[in-house]
Amino acid sequence: MSSLAEPPRRVWTFIAERLGRWGINGRVAVLLAPTLWLVVFFVLPLLVVFKIALSAFAMGRPPYLPMFEWGADESLSITLHFSNFLFLLRDTLYVNAYVNSVRIAAISTVMALLIAFPMAWYIARSDEKYRNLLLMLVILPFWTSFLLRVYAWMGFLGRNGVINNVLMSLGIIDQPLTMLQTEGAVFVGIVYTYLPFMVLPLYTTLVKLDQNLIEASSDLGAKPFTTFWTIILPLSMPGIIAGSMLVFIPAIGEFVIPALLGGAETLMIGRVLWDEFFSNRDWPVASAVAIVMLVILLVPILLLNHAQNAVVEKDA
Amino acid sequence: MKRGLLVPVLTVAGFAFLYLPIISLIVFSFNESRLVTVWTGFSLRWYAELFQDSQIVSAAILSLQIAAVSATIATVLGTLAGLALTRFGRFRGRTAFAGMVSAPLVMPEVITGLSLLLLFVAMEAAFGWPSGRGFTTIVIAHSTFCMAYVTVVVRSRLLDMDKSLDEAAMDLGATPVRVFFDITLPIISPALISGWLLAFTLSLDDLVIASFVTGPGASTLPIVIFSKIRLGVSPDVNALATIIIGIVAIGVVGATLVGMRRRPRG
Amino acid sequence: MKKPQIAADTRPWRDPGAKPFVRIRNVTKTFGDVYAVDDLSLDIYKGELFCLLGGSGSGKSTLLRMMAGFETVTSGSIEIDGQDMATVPPYERPVNMMFQSYALFPHMTVENNIAYGLKRGGMPKGEIADRVAELLKLTRLENFARRKPHQLSGGQRQRVALARALARRPKLLLLDEPLGALDKKLREETQYELVKIQESLGVTFVVVTHDQEEAMSLATRIGVMRDGKIAQIGEPQEIYEFPNSRFVADFIGSVNIFEGVVTEDEDDHIRIASSEAGCDIYVGHGVDCAPEQILWYAIRPEKMVLTREKPEADANVTHGLVQDVAYLGDMSVFRIMLDSGKRIHVTQTNSTRYDLEAISWDEKVYISWASDAGAVLVS
Repeated sequence: MSSLAEPPRRVWTFIAERLGRWGINGRVAVLLAPTLWLVVFFVLPLLVVFKIALSAFAMGRPPYLPMFEWGADESLSITLHFSNFLFLLRDTLYVNAYVNSVRIAAISTVMALLIAFPMAWYIARSDEKYRNLLLMLVILPFWTSFLLRVYAWMGFLGRNGVINNVLMSLGIIDQPLTMLQTEGAVFVGIVYTYLPFMVLPLYTTLVKLDQNLIEASSDLGAKPFTTFWTIILPLSMPGIIAGSMLVFIPAIGEFVIPALLGGAETLMIGRVLWDEFFSNRDWPVASAVAIVMLVILLVPILLLNHAQNAVVEKDA
Repeated sequence: MKRGLLVPVLTVAGFAFLYLPIISLIVFSFNESRLVTVWTGFSLRWYAELFQDSQIVSAAILSLQIAAVSATIATVLGTLAGLALTRFGRFRGRTAFAGMVSAPLVMPEVITGLSLLLLFVAMEAAFGWPSGRGFTTIVIAHSTFCMAYVTVVVRSRLLDMDKSLDEAAMDLGATPVRVFFDITLPIISPALISGWLLAFTLSLDDLVIASFVTGPGASTLPIVIFSKIRLGVSPDVNALATIIIGIVAIGVVGATLVGMRRRPRG
Repeated sequence: MKKPQIAADTRPWRDPGAKPFVRIRNVTKTFGDVYAVDDLSLDIYKGELFCLLGGSGSGKSTLLRMMAGFETVTSGSIEIDGQDMATVPPYERPVNMMFQSYALFPHMTVENNIAYGLKRGGMPKGEIADRVAELLKLTRLENFARRKPHQLSGGQRQRVALARALARRPKLLLLDEPLGALDKKLREETQYELVKIQESLGVTFVVVTHDQEEAMSLATRIGVMRDGKIAQIGEPQEIYEFPNSRFVADFIGSVNIFEGVVTEDEDDHIRIASSEAGCDIYVGHGVDCAPEQILWYAIRPEKMVLTREKPEADANVTHGLVQDVAYLGDMSVFRIMLDSGKRIHVTQTNSTRYDLEAISWDEKVYISWASDAGAVLVS
């Protein structure tokens, strides 16, 4: 209840009253700004993608038939709908790219899990003084440019790269190995880039794991492996799922890693979409590719959501 | 004890995996030879060349400007979204709102880029705005996906914050707006700063989305780097990478140390 | 423990004509399908130190938060000092609250925490400084004015929270578990201080607590809450000695309850036949009940006497076996199995240093009590 003589306050009150008359109070305004932004720049664009996936390809700018004319000819639009998606099904290039993306993403995810688990375990069990430092070391590469980290592997794996040079100077090999532009390089790139996303959720669940549970388990006669299999693994499941999905989901749509580290035969769907858009300029097919990709990602996204809720609930 | 050593050894190997490529990248930026993999002698010539490359310098300036504007918009919007999710209780449509706010996090970049470009094209056809693509469209795109990250950071800080602090201020006579500026904002300010920095970094780093929504004359730094390295390694990119990594490392380490020292005991 | 010294004639709740300071009328608060507070009415008078006592989920905190204005009332009304609070936001109520977590602003010093409410009230700078100094003195925090909350001990934080809540001279101070975060010894000292401050300032306090000892020693009156309703309101002694239900009798202190049937219903006494007690219970005053009615007799462990010889009486004497004796120093607690099979507790003061003849394990004893020692309960 301050003195109303304060002029700035009067201005605020006046504005608040005016807005209030239109039904806009503080709460509504706070909610409205991000909502409007996301509806216009996130939801609407996805709807446009849907719509264009249902349109016909046309030479010109923009390279598809105008949006506001096809509505008059309903039957045509339905046949077009099938045409873009059927095209994806009929052409083995697209089917292969989808299958390949899922396979590469899945293998990379398992590799990342195998590397990240001991790291997360070690950090979670280390002295509290060092935990933050070790965590920071895991996150630090994430803050540096993603593009440049992938680039670092080009210098590492290349024909004249560091690994080949070291191995040759040690006399282990006398011909440089072909490591760049292989599927193996893509695995390395994905694991490397997304490792922090695996370590962090694993760490979050493992650090909350009560040390007494492990002691109780061995006290009751379980060997270390049994303890790991029956106690540690089930209890860290939310972290494993969350981490795996955080690697799997971006890996599916990855473009930069296969483009820089993979060979011409390493087909991934993100790269196909890119080429369809930039090289072939076929926007309707690119849109259809995007929609099928979203459908593939639906289940992993729901899994991730579920696992993250489980992690949060444990916090509370 | 074999088993006792296994986990530490694997951890060290994991860290080596994370850092060896970066270290080699940095080392070879000081190499005299054009070959980035054979050491011939110490030199700073690639740094000198870098600063004479006007294309890279102007792309860097553009990227920094875009990142600063996008991070600021993303922080404002992300903070509002974080507030709505933590302080408004269960309002109607909350689930839809929460889903919409976090969906950009899991959206593949190629789809975000493609969909925004298609929107901009359709909008230009319908209302003549945005006319052409470039700075504005990249800023809009970056603000949209960075906002989701800021929301996560701000939201978790708000969840940690004792809700009765806000109530106490209100109880002592502060209006809701006053409460926000006197209490909430100062307490969550570390989260705002790290959210802003995260958004800034993400924007600075983005290649895919920017490639879709950019137009003639607006080549960001990642776009320029990508076109260079697509053809193979090049030492001036090593020099650029070293500068960026150096700045980031100093920033992150500094922020972490300051955060550790200033963390209240309570 | 010292209690607010209010003479009998200044207990306004005993005067039917007195005007209550806080009037809570038929207040209901629902969260979804859950009734947190259920059609509750309550009057609190000026200068009182009123305790809302109840378990978790009893609705006591929700009621407090509705007085502060953090929760809206689903139905009913709350009036403070004659003004209906329905449309008054928290920041305009003549009420301040001390939070369970203290809710000290971590980024402000002690003096800025205390001054915060005064600044919002538009008080001139010089006056604020004087008022803050006064409060620092009251709460013995003069040497800590420039510290941040995280540099204080638990007891000091508690005092800052109190000083901050008192700064605006609220007509009504709400305290949510004010001593809950302190350890036992500090809690006893602080209890005393809180009462002293309340008395000297004459502010009306409403305290929420789940600790019955705290409520007994602080309060002028206690409202025992259960399931969103007030189970009983009364002075501490009334609540303890004259509980109105088995719930209240059991909730406050420990008690033995015997079920029985009324066999004699006279104006000056009643007699209850109780197979649980293993004897007749004679109550030396009239009770509003009917013959054959089933009711309960509640008696506190310290109101019973143990003897080896059978006392001469035709009622209020029963017999059992001592199963266990817990020596607590000032007194001993006997766990006795009555011949009926019911287990009871009896406490006896240890008035001599050692008593070789003391009743011990596995002894058969008689248990007796006076005709006015217990309370007759119909619910």
